Amino acid sequence: MSRYYGALIVVAMGMFAVAPVLVANAPYESTMGLVQKIFYYHVPSAMMMFLAAFVCGIASAVYLFRKTPAADRLAAAAGELTVVFGMIVLVTGPLWARKAWGVWWQWDARLTSSLLLWMIFVAYLLVRKYGGPGSEKLGAAMAIFGMANVPFVYVSVNIWRTLHPRTSVVPDLPAPMMGPFLFSAVAFLLLFVGLLSARMALERARATVEQVYREADEGDEWERRGEE
Amino acid sequence: MFLRVAWLIVQKDLTVEVRSRELIYTTAFFAVSCVLVFAFALVREGRPLEDAAAGILWIAIAFAGTLALGRTFERERHTETLRALLLAPASRPAIYVGKLAGILLLMAAVEAVLVPLVALFFDAPVLARPMYLLALLVSGTVGFAAVGTLFAAMLVRARSRDVLLPVLLYPITIPVIIAGVRGTAALFQPEPDVEMARMWIAILGFFDVVFVTLSLWTFEPLMTE
Repeated sequence: MSRYYGALIVVAMGMFAVAPVLVANAPYESTMGLVQKIFYYHVPSAMMMFLAAFVCGIASAVYLFRKTPAADRLAAAAGELTVVFGMIVLVTGPLWARKAWGVWWQWDARLTSSLLLWMIFVAYLLVRKYGGPGSEKLGAAMAIFGMANVPFVYVSVNIWRTLHPRTSVVPDLPAPMMGPFLFSAVAFLLLFVGLLSARMALERARATVEQVYREADEGDEWERRGEE
Repeated sequence: MFLRVAWLIVQKDLTVEVRSRELIYTTAFFAVSCVLVFAFALVREGRPLEDAAAGILWIAIAFAGTLALGRTFERERHTETLRALLLAPASRPAIYVGKLAGILLLMAAVEAVLVPLVALFFDAPVLARPMYLLALLVSGTVGFAAVGTLFAAMLVRARSRDVLLPVLLYPITIPVIIAGVRGTAALFQPEPDVEMARMWIAILGFFDVVFVTLSLWTFEPLMTE
């Protein structure tokens, strides 16, 4: 699959080029008007963030118990994408909130739990980057704990505060809005899969280069010993 | 056998600590300084902000707990004790439970200083519903220490472990902090809201079960080279 990531990204880009037309033609939402259009980017990227977090958690568990390098590469790629899509969510969210609720940020259940999920995966990337040798394992533990933590964050913040529209908004969407929404969701999904496989291919290439270097070093060592 | 190994590790940690008293003195003093720092931020015109007492108590517990975790495992690393423990023919989960129990005892000692201090400084009615407060403290501390012990143990060999421990630990233990603060705040009201406290205790209990299980399950692969 990894060979087709270029094609996936090109198709996703094409869909992103068409999406504004569809979004512009979708009907205005009765109370929020034009501002609501950001929904077509905000919600799909939030869905991709949760999907990426889930992929990262599962792949990390597989890596921790089976030690398969491919699972680790998948986890690393998905962890980075969680942070990337999380950034989109955390930028588009406050923009929308400013117009819809009059404030940039609300300590509401969904906002707070998305922010925390994003922070967990930033911590995941930090530990992978700065943890030194063996940091893949530390990262794997962080991803597993982070995934297990999502329901707790959600429940506790939910009891603490709630303002955000519930998820039932999406299935109840009127048909003219549903079309563009599904279109953007598919575009984001293709972009996610494309980036994920591109990142995995890059990581695999890096591992191969490292392996080649190591073998070359060992070869030098042998030669030197031979000369002595 | 399992409990015996865990108990031996607790005994070892207690003996080391009783001889030096390094961790208990430094951690308790650090917790007291935390309370003071937050008091300067949250007390206005001689009166604390609403719910400040509960917040300060739990922030001090979390900060002091992080410090205790870091120091405990630094001691293990310094003398290569952890390597020796892992080489010993003992089950890994038993080692985890032993270390967890040691951390819990240390945090309990610190909380025994903190709670009266918060009561004194912020006029918090800690004795209004003592059993509920105790249940909140126990379940919250177990949740925090369960995740903290695993993370501190796995970070022993990592680079920049001092900063990585709070970076990893705080986002994961946010539910403990929310539940602890809200539950304690409910008990510190003029009319203690027992229903609310009971619900937060249930959430904390559930958190403890999930995260202790998860830690026991991942400790072995994490601590194997």
